[in-house]
Formats: sequence, structure tokens, C-alpha cells
Amino acid sequence: MPLNALEEYRWPAPDCGAMAEPKKGIVMAGETKGVERPLSPHLQIYRWQVPMLTSILTRVTGNALIVTSVLVIWWLGAAATGEEYFNTVNGIMTSFIGDIVMTLSVLGVWYHFLAGLRHLYYDAGKGLDIPTAEKLGWACLIGSVVLTILTVIIV
Amino acid sequence: MRYITDRKRAVGKGAAGSGTGHHWYMQVSAAGLAFIVPTFIYIFGKALGSDYATVLETFSHPIPAIVTGLMIIFGLHHFNRGFETLMQDYARGHTLKISIILMTVFTYGLMATGLFSLAKLAL
Ligand code: HEM
Repeated sequence: MPLNALEEYRWPAPDCGAMAEPKKGIVMAGETKGVERPLSPHLQIYRWQVPMLTSILTRVTGNALIVTSVLVIWWLGAAATGEEYFNTVNGIMTSFIGDIVMTLSVLGVWYHFLAGLRHLYYDAGKGLDIPTAEKLGWACLIGSVVLTILTVIIV
Repeated sequence: MRYITDRKRAVGKGAAGSGTGHHWYMQVSAAGLAFIVPTFIYIFGKALGSDYATVLETFSHPIPAIVTGLMIIFGLHHFNRGFETLMQDYARGHTLKISIILMTVFTYGLMATGLFSLAKLAL
């Protein structure tokens, strides 16, 4: 897909300045009655693109990590309880299914890590043009896979 | 003419009704987690699957114990505030409030459980 094809779907990010400095005629919050606002395009009619996919994945991974948190704390609790219970839980978490869940967790956490750092970069007002955003998105996707493989090898 | 400053008008606004406070918390905790998480992955990854004696030994050292403590506190707090963002996007009114309250109760419960276990292992 040629990059300039994205232009027509572009959210008017460069106009963000207007938020800091409201122009005359723009109604301030609290006086919004009767203002016609554009509806944001719904997911189902919005064409998939990398910055959008990677943004959604940040949310999915961040929130899914609660499952990992519960598992890790269950394991810590088992270790604090005694040897027998520890062996049971440790066994479950290193079983075939446990390995799959933990590897996916590592992938999720590395992805969220990279996407979170990207977010801080965006929040500093940088990298918001489309070609850079596309590249950063790919960097998060590929980077998380690479970091996961490294983690599995090293740890 | 309105006798109110722009700043005063903006305080407490925003999707979360908390101005910039929530966003700033996410940024600060993200910066901290960027260091805590990779260290914790290393410590936990090494400990997971090793035998009981090794695990007891690992968490009795200060650095692994401290990093795990930081991970439990800041990881879960960051999660809880992130979950708020998720709910604010999809729910309103009572549903929003109750889901945030329930998740906060759950998160702090998990945090306390984790810290208790860690204390028992480390001390
Ligand atoms: C590895 C270090 C981490 C970094 C650098 C990081 C960074 C970030 C940043 C910058 C945001 C804000 C995104 C936004 O404003 O839209 C965020 C959101 C979030 N984070 Fe993290 N985070 C990290 C670890 C974690 C962990 C361990 C968890 C879960 C236990 C987590 C859960 C969440 C959740 C649930 C959100 C809200 C996502 C949403 O629905 O909008 N994060 N993270």
C-alpha cells in the first residue's frame, strides 16, 4: 500500500495546536450543547493500518498482563507457603501449557514495553508524522518478537 | 466577560475528570517500569522452574527482593490506572465507577498478597 494512500484517512493531528489555543468560534467545554461534532469512523469501516493496530495492541497487552501478574503472584505465594505446594505450582507453570502462557506473557510485556516507550516519544510531540509512525509501529512489532526470542534463549 | 482564568476552567476536565494528573502518573510510572520490568524478567525467569532451595536463596538477596517489590507495587498500580483508561473509553456512569472500584479492590488485594509472600520469602 503506497504511503500516500493513507493521507485520506489521516486524523488531523497537525492541527493539535488548535487545542492549546482555541480559535474564536470554538466552543469551550461546558458549553458544548448543540455543537455538531464529526463522528469518529467506526472500527469496522476503518481500514487497518500499522499505527492503529499497534495502538490497539498496546491496550490489549497492557490489560492482558493482569493474567500474568496473577500467575506470578500465585507462584510467589506458593514459594512462601512451602515446598510441596511450590512444586505443584512451579510444575504447572513450567508445563507445556504453562510454557506457552509464560512465553506469550513475555511477548506481551516486551511489546507493551516498546509501545509504551514509543508512547512517551509521541507524548513529547515527536514521531507523529505518518512515515515515522509507521516505522515505529513496525519497530514495536518486530522488536518485541526479537526481544522475546532473546529472553527465551538467555533466561 | 468571564471572571475565571483559562487554567481554572481546565482543572478537573478531560475524559477522566482529573486534568493531566492521570496522564502524568502513567508517564512517570512508565519511565520507572522501563527499568524495573527487564530486570524483573531476568530475575523471575531464572527463578521459575528451579528447585525450592534455589528460589528461597534467590529472594533472600536484597536486589532480587527489592526489584520484585518494586515490580509488584508499581506494576500493579500502573495496571490499575491503565485499566481506568480502558473503562473510561467503553463505559459511563455507574458501570464505570463500579468497575473501577472492583478492579482497584482486586489490584490492591493482589498487591498485598504479593508483598506478603515476598516478605515471607525475603526475611
Ligand atoms: C515494561 C514497562 C512498561 C512501560 C514502558 C509501560 C508504558 C505504558 C504507557 C506509556 C502507557 C500509557 C499509554 C496511553 O496513554 O495510552 C501504558 C498503559 C497501560 N499499561 Fe503499561 N507500561 C509498562 C508495563 C506495564 C505492565 C507490567 C502492565 C500490567 C501489569 C501494564 C499495564 C498497562 C495498562 C492496562 C495500560 C492502559 C492501556 C489502555 O487501555 O489504554 N503496563 N503503559
